[in-house]
Amino acid sequence: MADPFFNEMYGEGGLRPPYQRLEGWYQNMPSEFRALKQAEAEDLFRRYGITFAVYGEGGDPDRLIPFDMFPRVFSAEEWRRLERGIKQRARALNAFLSDVYDRGEIIRAGRIPADLVYRNEAYEIAVAGFRPPLGVFSHIVGIDLVRTGADQFYVLEDNCRTPSGVSYMLENREVMMRMFPHLFQENRVAPVDNYARLLKRTLASVAPAKCDRDPNIVILTPGHFNSAYYEHSFLADLMGVELVEGQDLFVEGDFCWMRTTEGPRKVDVIYRRIDDAFLDPLCFRPDSTLGVPGLMNVYRSGGVTICSAPGAGVADDKAIYTYVPEMVRFYLGEAPILENVPTWHCAKADDYKYVQEHLAELVVKEVHGSGGYGMLVGPKADKATIEAFAAKLAENPSNYIAQPTLALSTCPTFVEEGIAPRHVDLRPYCLVGRDIELVPGGLTRVALTEGSLVVNSSQGGGVKDTWVIAEE
Amino acid sequence: MLSRTAANLFWMARYLERSETTARLLDLGFRNALLPNTGGGFRNEWSAILQSKGTFQQFTDKYGELKQRNVESFLFFDLENPSSVAACIRAARENARIVRTALTSQVWDAINVSFQELKALQRRERSSLEVPELTDWSLRTAALIRGAIETTQLRNDGYRFMNLGYAVERSDNTARLLDVKYYVLLPSVAYVGSGLDNYQWTTLLRALSAHRAYNWAYGGELSAKQIAHFLILNPKFPRSLLSCCIEVNAHLDHLARIYDRSTPAQETARKLLGELAEAKMDDIFDEGLHEFLSRMIFDNAALGQAIHDQYLTGEAR
Repeated sequence: MADPFFNEMYGEGGLRPPYQRLEGWYQNMPSEFRALKQAEAEDLFRRYGITFAVYGEGGDPDRLIPFDMFPRVFSAEEWRRLERGIKQRARALNAFLSDVYDRGEIIRAGRIPADLVYRNEAYEIAVAGFRPPLGVFSHIVGIDLVRTGADQFYVLEDNCRTPSGVSYMLENREVMMRMFPHLFQENRVAPVDNYARLLKRTLASVAPAKCDRDPNIVILTPGHFNSAYYEHSFLADLMGVELVEGQDLFVEGDFCWMRTTEGPRKVDVIYRRIDDAFLDPLCFRPDSTLGVPGLMNVYRSGGVTICSAPGAGVADDKAIYTYVPEMVRFYLGEAPILENVPTWHCAKADDYKYVQEHLAELVVKEVHGSGGYGMLVGPKADKATIEAFAAKLAENPSNYIAQPTLALSTCPTFVEEGIAPRHVDLRPYCLVGRDIELVPGGLTRVALTEGSLVVNSSQGGGVKDTWVIAEE
Repeated sequence: MLSRTAANLFWMARYLERSETTARLLDLGFRNALLPNTGGGFRNEWSAILQSKGTFQQFTDKYGELKQRNVESFLFFDLENPSSVAACIRAARENARIVRTALTSQVWDAINVSFQELKALQRRERSSLEVPELTDWSLRTAALIRGAIETTQLRNDGYRFMNLGYAVERSDNTARLLDVKYYVLLPSVAYVGSGLDNYQWTTLLRALSAHRAYNWAYGGELSAKQIAHFLILNPKFPRSLLSCCIEVNAHLDHLARIYDRSTPAQETARKLLGELAEAKMDDIFDEGLHEFLSRMIFDNAALGQAIHDQYLTGEAR
């Protein structure tokens, strides 16, 4: 039987060109050497302190995300197309956000139902009518992509709030270059290490008009107990900006200040890694101790820029997702380069009926869920699980969407017995400010369990270095 | 620099210094326990060591009888004892982790590796671990981290806060160690100048890695007055109260230069330095060594508080 999944290295008629120089590498690698390198990689990650805490699992808070040494590779040509598609999508999402907090033309034109936007939980009435600098709401757009064939890519979901994982993109490369320098002499791998510089430039470009000097940029973290804290401090370090917690900031007059050893210092741009709800207890959740009281007033009066803008989440909602191709056509007048996965909305009676009847074939997710929690992978679930899920679905259909199980592409991966194909996805990070930038690479997540399609790190997924071969 | 960052650096250094002192205390107790013919003295010395850290009550509540193995575990491994080596290294690493961006990778590496090694020690069979191995490891680790700080950190305000933490904590620790020996350890005044007395002094000097240094500086004769001079007023000995105070002043002066302003913290530090620089051993003994040391511990704590109020809250303008 032919492999139903597209193998990115050996798919469709033998060894594919971007992987050409990797075949000899892994075939000639003695297994003791491999074990040695794997241990070395683990040691490097531990030394750098790159760890990942999984919510609700307990155990070792300093757990490592498994790193697979086999790189995932794109040709320059493949990447060019992806890059155009990703940037196009990032532009459309931002156009949508600035529209729905302004006149709502796309709704007036009848292209998106008003309820879906205005009654969406992620729609922030507090910023309606406010235009952030340059009209940008989502400054870092993470677009999750999967591949099903040589030329077939699908967008699985958009992340317009604060997509995480970029530190893995950077550190995976760092570790690979340190362990296998000769691979980088043989393969012309496009560098990703200017990401931090581009991020800083992007954040500086959206400084408020009131800021008349070099903007003071900070990263706002929920604190060192957060599972992504390592990433927050890593980015702050690479950009040379302060990593602050809510307690380090306060509002006085029309500005936001941070507490320093020399007294208060004005803050111009906040790259926040906390959710909208926690930003300002006076505006959102009153019990939040992570945020800064009064911050939203300063924001709305143009004293500080918050990235991503409060309210940006309405664009990456799973119910809105279906309409992104429509946004591309409506705002940009272009044909969408990247396709969506066909999606059934259980809020619609017809769709709900179809989903209930085909649960065993579908992937069903919560509209607002993330991290692979609370989802059903039909083909992998047993009867009891499906029945239990059907009951849950019936309770609140509008909370769920369903998609067909995609034949996710595979990439060779080191496993116990040697090399085996494992399913992968891709999250590139697109930066939107005065310019739109995309470094050639991203985070490849890999489902390490044989046959598994769930790549989330919270569900036992691992990561790979992602290469784009530079043009000759 | 963020006030919180400065506070983390300050406390990171304090915990590192404290872990080193606890290890030195453990060494002190261990060496004392090797002394023959001390009769009931054995029990007393461990309790004196626990008293110096203010943890005697906590120990007896948890372990009851004073068994050497238990004291060792309590001082080195017990995470419920906030000044155990393990608790201090853990706390230092936690502080460091929060301010990763203010540390060089070598410093972080040194701290993180020590934490990993500590975890390996915790996993080992307790009976396979002798005290000298534990204390040697602690001192080596402390030196490694300190070395990484000295050789790689930028000489900016963060570096000053780390060094302030070290110096403030060290001064407190030296005063306490000396007080243990002088006030708590000796069973009665009758023993002053006895073999036991001398042995304890030697042990104290050894625990401070100052045994040979003392011999060079004072010609080898042990006397309470000279040793007290060495540990309090000798500016050449890096753990003396005067040395620590000079250090605190120097780093506060650097801060004043970097920030272009002098603060109440400087005044507090200068006043203390003034007193120590002028002090004579006779006056100290007239006041009573224990009384003097208690006052120093108090003044040093007030100095720590002044630094906190000025720099670590972000509220002083």
